[in-house]
Amino acid sequence: MTVMAPLAERVLRGEQSAVARALTQVERRAPGTDALLAPLHRAAGRAHVIGVTGPPGSGKSTLVSAMAAEYRGAGRTVGIIAVDPSSVFTGGAILGDRIRMSALAGDPGVFIRSLATRGALGGLARAALDAVTVLDAAGRDVVVLETVGVGQAEVDVVSGAQSVAVVSVPGLGDGVQAIKAGLLEIADVHVVNKSDREGADRTAAELCEMLRLGKRRPGQWNVPIERTAADRGDGVRALIDRFDEHLRWMERVGERERRTRRAAATRIRWAAEELIRDRLRPGTGAFDAAVDEVAAKRDDPASAARRLIGQL
Amino acid sequence: MTAVQEETVAEPIRVMLAKIGLDGHDRGVKVVARTLRDAGMEVIYTGLHRRPEQVVEAAVQEDVDVLGISLLSGAHMPIFKRLFELLGELAEPHRFSIVAGGVMPDEDEAELRKMGVAGVLGQDSTPEAIVAEIRSLVRR
Repeated sequence: MTVMAPLAERVLRGEQSAVARALTQVERRAPGTDALLAPLHRAAGRAHVIGVTGPPGSGKSTLVSAMAAEYRGAGRTVGIIAVDPSSVFTGGAILGDRIRMSALAGDPGVFIRSLATRGALGGLARAALDAVTVLDAAGRDVVVLETVGVGQAEVDVVSGAQSVAVVSVPGLGDGVQAIKAGLLEIADVHVVNKSDREGADRTAAELCEMLRLGKRRPGQWNVPIERTAADRGDGVRALIDRFDEHLRWMERVGERERRTRRAAATRIRWAAEELIRDRLRPGTGAFDAAVDEVAAKRDDPASAARRLIGQL
Repeated sequence: MTAVQEETVAEPIRVMLAKIGLDGHDRGVKVVARTLRDAGMEVIYTGLHRRPEQVVEAAVQEDVDVLGISLLSGAHMPIFKRLFELLGELAEPHRFSIVAGGVMPDEDEAELRKMGVAGVLGQDSTPEAIVAEIRSLVRR
């Protein structure tokens, strides 16, 4: 048995500064992260994890802010992970989601953390889901994961959530086209935000049409289309009721269990890939020997890889 | 764990830029935000009209390396006094450095430093000087 990291104990007690430190460690994948996360993983699983995604300018941050206010009104604590892109060139980022979440500032029942994608280093999905684990273990009732809906990495991120909301807005040309195919499929709830604007009916109708074209099985979750005007809070109450309904449905039909297992499988694979990357690299004896063999044509890459993995 | 050695990319410096009180001008702080971003830092901007309590809480949650307060209103002395009071009340000592930026008379600078402000960047500071100051504070 390993002794629990003192930081983990403090996270489990819900101490703000400890949660903040743990999130930094998770984001950097600093040494000791696995040991920190081990007890947190075991404690996590109580929170309702909600993914919110959609095209830039669809009002995700404002919507998340309004959702959090609604949850607070119902006496539930909230954690928010807001993912923003880093510059590919400098690695820098301006993380502006907090500006639109100012109504929440000063309430210890809401913990907001901005996460930059940090360029091509990869592992964004992993860092984001580990961050969710930290907030979950810290006792947050609801954890919201907000990300721009472009690219596979973002789809990976939100697919780690239990309920996924895809946000669209009227007036983005052919509204539905702005939603990438991969996103349409993972939506548990569609949100037409800024629905006080012209064209909201059309956007909702297009979404409805799109959903009707999809294949359906009996007993399947009926993906609803919710209309909100998040800046005024309109429709947000109904939206969080939908999330609750989705959670109850998942529990009733065993879908929550299925998603938990799927997430577990993904995370084991990520951890395994990291272990392999970590062990198999130039500088370790067995690896360098294998490089010599393959370069000299005495062995082939696939066989060498199988042999090395067997030796791990 | 030795995973870090392979990619020797330094962790980006995290900076929070905040506007406190009845100061409605944020052109300057936005320029600073872009400057720092272009220097490879992660910048979290709070938006206008924050209370000191909100800024301290946000800086703790975001676990930043540097908290920069931009003030053009002339209210820097009472605001920083309040800020350091709040920092003193934290359960755990804060780990970020505090930088003051904007318009402040020279004679206040010594007083601000005595309170605990690590750097004072007046309105004439060049982008290079701002970046260098933040980097030196984090490396210290």
